Order: sequence, then C-alpha cells, then structure tokens
Amino acid sequence: MAELTYREAVARAIAQEMERDPSVVLLGEDVAGAGGAFKATGGLLERFGPERVRDTPISEQAILGAAMGAAMTGLRPIAEVMFSDFFAVCWDMVANQIAKSRYMTAGQVQLPLVVRSGNGGGSRFGAQHSQSVENWAMAVPGLKVVAPSCPSDVIGLLAAAVRDPDPVLVFEHKSLYPTKGEVPDGELVGHLGQAALRRQGGDLTLVALAAMVPVALEAAERLAAEGVQATVIDLRSLVPLDVSTVLSSVSATGHLVTVEENPRLCGWGAELASIVAEECFYDLDGPIVRVTTPHVPLPAADSLEDLARPSVARVLEAVPRALG
Amino acid sequence: MATSPLTTGTEPAARSGPETGLALYRWMVVIRQFEKRAYDLFLQNLVKGTSHLSLGQEAVAAGFGVAMRPDDWTFATYRGHAHTIVRGVPLTPIMAELLGRDNGLLRGKGGSMHLTSVAHGMMGSYAIVGAHLPVAVGAAWSAAYRKSGQVAVCFFGDGATNIGAFHEALNLAVVWNLPVVFVCENNLYMEYTPIGAVTAVPRPAADRAPAYGLPPVAIDGNDPEVVHQTALAALERARSGGGPSLIEAVTYRHGGHSRADPATYRPKEEVADWLARDPVPAYRARLVGAGVPEDELQRVEAEAKEAVDRATEEAKAGPPPDPGLVTADLWADGGSSWRS
Ligand SMILES: Cc1ncc(C[n+]2csc(CCOP(=O)(O)OP(=O)(O)O)c2C)c(N)n1
Ligand SMILES: [Mg+2]
Repeated sequence: MAELTYREAVARAIAQEMERDPSVVLLGEDVAGAGGAFKATGGLLERFGPERVRDTPISEQAILGAAMGAAMTGLRPIAEVMFSDFFAVCWDMVANQIAKSRYMTAGQVQLPLVVRSGNGGGSRFGAQHSQSVENWAMAVPGLKVVAPSCPSDVIGLLAAAVRDPDPVLVFEHKSLYPTKGEVPDGELVGHLGQAALRRQGGDLTLVALAAMVPVALEAAERLAAEGVQATVIDLRSLVPLDVSTVLSSVSATGHLVTVEENPRLCGWGAELASIVAEECFYDLDGPIVRVTTPHVPLPAADSLEDLARPSVARVLEAVPRALG
Repeated sequence: MATSPLTTGTEPAARSGPETGLALYRWMVVIRQFEKRAYDLFLQNLVKGTSHLSLGQEAVAAGFGVAMRPDDWTFATYRGHAHTIVRGVPLTPIMAELLGRDNGLLRGKGGSMHLTSVAHGMMGSYAIVGAHLPVAVGAAWSAAYRKSGQVAVCFFGDGATNIGAFHEALNLAVVWNLPVVFVCENNLYMEYTPIGAVTAVPRPAADRAPAYGLPPVAIDGNDPEVVHQTALAALERARSGGGPSLIEAVTYRHGGHSRADPATYRPKEEVADWLARDPVPAYRARLVGAGVPEDELQRVEAEAKEAVDRATEEAKAGPPPDPGLVTADLWADGGSSWRS
C-alpha cells in the first residue's frame, strides 16, 4: 500500500503498461519534456525515451489521427487531449473515424487505443476549460467511456483501457489531480463496465461519477446523521454501463438520485433514469431526481462556479423530493 | 483552361520497362472497365446511395499501385475504388460491396465510400474530407517505430488541401520525419466548385509544400509512367529514412463528382480538352509505339472485361447481408452491447 495522488496514479498506470508491452506509446501536447500540463505524465520520457513518449504540435486532429493510424497498424497508443473541451476541435477523429472504423469494415480494423483527457470544472478556468463532456462521448456508438474518481481506479481503469481491444476514452477529472488515495502495491488492472459500491444504505441510491463521487459520499454522511441511509454507487464507466448494479440497488432502496456534473440535457443520468424507469419501474417508491449543472456553460468566478456545479447542499435539497 | 505548370521534382531515374508498362496498362483498363460498370449499375439502381468514380484518373492509382510494396499501406478517399483495385483486392467483393450484398468486402456495412481490405494493405476509404491524412501519419509512425520499412501512401483530392487536417498532418509528418507519401489528385474541382476559385495559391498542394520544408512537386497525373517513377522515388525516400513527400498529380475526372452528376458546371472546351488527353487510349498508343504487340493489349482488355463481367454476376448473385450484421462488430467481441 502506498498513498498516491490522482496525477501520480496516471503516470504509474502508464508506466506499468509501457513496462509490460513495448507497443504502448504515449503522445500529446507537453506530455514528454514538461511531464504534462497537469503534471500527470512526469518521468515517463526519462524512463521510456523519446521514441515512446512524444511531444506533439498543437494539432488535436493529428494527435488523434496519428493514434488511430498507429493503433490500426499494431501499436497501442495512449493519446492525451489536454482539456476535454478541445475534443470539439477533433471530434471528427473521435466520432467519425475512431468510433466507426471497426463497424464499417465488418471488424477488419482493430483500434486498441486510449484517449486520456482532463475533464470537468472546479478550477475556475471558465467556460472553455471546464466542461464535463463525458456525455458527448457516451452518445457515440463505438466508444468505451470511463471516468475514475480515485487514484487506485485511475490505475485500474487506465490499465484496463490500454489492454482493451477497443477505443477507450478516459476522462480524468482536473479537480481530482491533487487528491490522494491508497493504492495497493504491484500490478493493478481493473475492469471496464463495473461500478463500485462506495457506501451501503437501504433508504436511497445515489449514483455519481468522478468528482461527484466525493460530493455524493459527503451528502450520504450528512443524511446518515438525519437517519437516512444512502447507498453510493460510483459508476466509473459509462460505456459499458453497469446497469445491473444500479438496478439491483434501486430495487432494494426504491429511490434514485443521480449526481452529474454535465449540463442538464442528455446527461448520463437521463439515460440511467430512463433505464431504471423502463426496467424497474414497479420497484420505485418515488420520482427519480437528477442533480446536474444547470443547462449553462460554466462561469469562471469561484462563487458562481460553485453555485453551478452540483454541491452537497444541492444533493441534500434533492433527496426529500426523491423520497416523496 | 488554367493548367498548372508541371514540374516532376523527381526526374525519372530510368524509363519504365515493357513489363511495367503492361502492368500499368492492365490496372488502368481494369479500373476503367470497373468504373464504367459501377456507373451502369448505379443507373440501374443496383448501386444505391452514392459512388464516386475515378474515370479519367486511372493513371494515378495505377502508377502507385505498381510501385508500392505489398506490405505498404493505402489510405484513400470516398473516391477509392481504383486504389482498392490496384492493391489486388478481388473485384467481386468490391462490386458486391457497392451493391450492398453479404459477399461484399465489408458485408455491406461500409459501402462504396469506405472500401477497406486490411489483408491487402488497403487501410480504408475515408469520407470526411482530409480526415485520413493524420491517420496515414499514424501508420507511418508505427512503421518507423517498428522499423518495418513500410510506407503509408495517402491519396486525397485538391479540396482537401484547404482543411486543417491536411496542414496538421503534413507538419507532424515532417517534424517526426515519417515514411508517408501524400498524393493530391488535383482534378481541378471539389464537388462543383473549381479549386482555383477558393484557394490562395495556384497549385493547391505543391505550393503549400515549401511551408513544410518539402519541395513543390506537381506532375502530369495522366501519365502513368511519370506517376510510377515519381512514386518509386518517393517510396524509396520514405523507406530509406528520408521522410515524407507531397506530390500533386494533376488530372481530371471524366464524369461528375458523384452519382449521376452531369457536371454541367464545367466549360465544354475544358472537358473536350481533357477528354482528348484521356490517359487510357493515350497510354495504349504509347505502348503500341514502343513495340508492345497489339494482340497482347487486346488480351489485357479482354481479360479486364471478363473479370468485370464475372465480378458483376457474382456480386448480383450475392444475398442481402445477414440481418444480424446490424448489431455486429462494433466491439472486438463481435457484438455491440453497451451494458454490463
Ligand atoms: C469535411 C467535409 N466537408 C465536406 C464534405 C462534402 N464533400 C464530399 S466530397 C467533396 C469535394 C472534395 O473535393 P476534392 O478534395 O477535390 O476531391 P474529389 O472529390 O475531387 O476527388 C465535398 C465538399 C465532406 N465529405 N467532408
Ligand atoms: Mg477534386
């Protein structure tokens, strides 16, 4: 066991996989010499050399296109898109090329690649450097999508993503980079599509992702003080989506609240709510309630951003509506 | 008609020999026959959706196809039938793919614009203008990393030179000194607008090359021997660690952009002028002049027709795709499940 920060976990995961498999390579803006804009890839250049850890120009289409071309010809690239907002300048590569190639070619093209990106708010960076765009990715068939909430999951999910034969988008949360957590020694490999039960309680199910997991957990503690026991599910993966863990919890508690950082419309919680409504409607004892960022871009000022993103207070406000 | 000034940049080291000449001619004739048939089948509503033909542009595909090593990689656009054919992909699955049949190259899941045969080094036909240039760069990176000696060859239209991906790909390929050959097939038009009307320089690819430290190369894309020699030089340069090349091959499509486009936006005299320079009969005459026997050329032509006839019949006889294919092959496990 060792205590690592979330950003140290990123570097450890990449090192673990590069050590194991010489076809794993890393590319992106400032990832090599500078060790990453968020210092999440520090030391990798020194350890694995400039052939495998490569700085790129500010060319997001070329970064993802190169990752795709390398993946279809035998490498296992890990590409970094510095801020997930920048997916908007290379979405063709993600949504039209990477996501569709295997399907369109009846399985001829293999794309074992990983795209990592700094996602989400809380850093007061304003509307173009703070978005939670995991729901964009979730809407495109052909992409696997994960978002770890703690250092050990960073390693487990990144390692699983590198080993997966399909393209995986890993949304690292910018506000979590400095957070710490216990990480077991030795090789760590997780599973895509497996949610984690972070807390058990019989009265209510809270489902959260990435930086919303600690928010949901704190809300659950406060609820416990008032005699309401909540289960907290860390979804971890949007595609594949661990529907069975959510359904069995909601069947037991009868109440569901989602805690989502994405803006309101078409957030991942909307999909989850529709699945729950369709598949365990008769187990519900109250309305499904979604706590999201309002349907606005994120403002920059700290006070405004804190009001916009889901908070413990807003979760606590939502719970009585769910409990009916 | 504003024809671009042509410079080969890479002067032919030697003339292509008679065997090469026949190989070039064979591919040109096969492409010509295949594309004419595809057009007929489109008019019969057997090719649904759309298709983009290379009629008039055969010499570019043939010249490169003959020059490439079997393990080199092709990246093409939606105008990719010709580039697929010259990699040696059998005609029946190509035709069946156009017809949307289960015996199609992609079992009907890709269609005319996405022909791919990884086993033949045909790494895809891409329908978003410019998208495949960065992808070819990535393949070249993989070849360089593994020191495999493979080269990625990427074909695209004149219109692609004005999209960002073109510039991002060229810059990265040069900075990383990668074995990739970029081939701009300048057929003077995008869909319906002349490239000259929307481009800051007269030669859309060649005049951009110096911005990336590359020599400007514009060649006669209707001369298969010039294309072949230029291809050999660029492939050799790439293989020997000399880095990328950018080649502008000037040519002309005989028909419309796609489907049954009558291409009335092109001046009659311009069309007549280029039809007079039709690469197929022109190259035939050159081979005859060089002493290739007439009956040998006729045999090549008969074989091409026979191959296209057979492919047409076999494609038409193919069943519609298995309904299970709708949800197959999204993931490596063969399925498309999004839940666990
Ligand atoms: C990004 C993008 N924009 C527009 C289109 C629509 N489109 C398809 S082909 C084409 C013309 C491309 O011209 P060019 O690159 O010269 O290739 P050609 O068709 O002449 O071979 C256009 C505009 C597209 N497919 N992708
Ligand atoms: Mg054109």
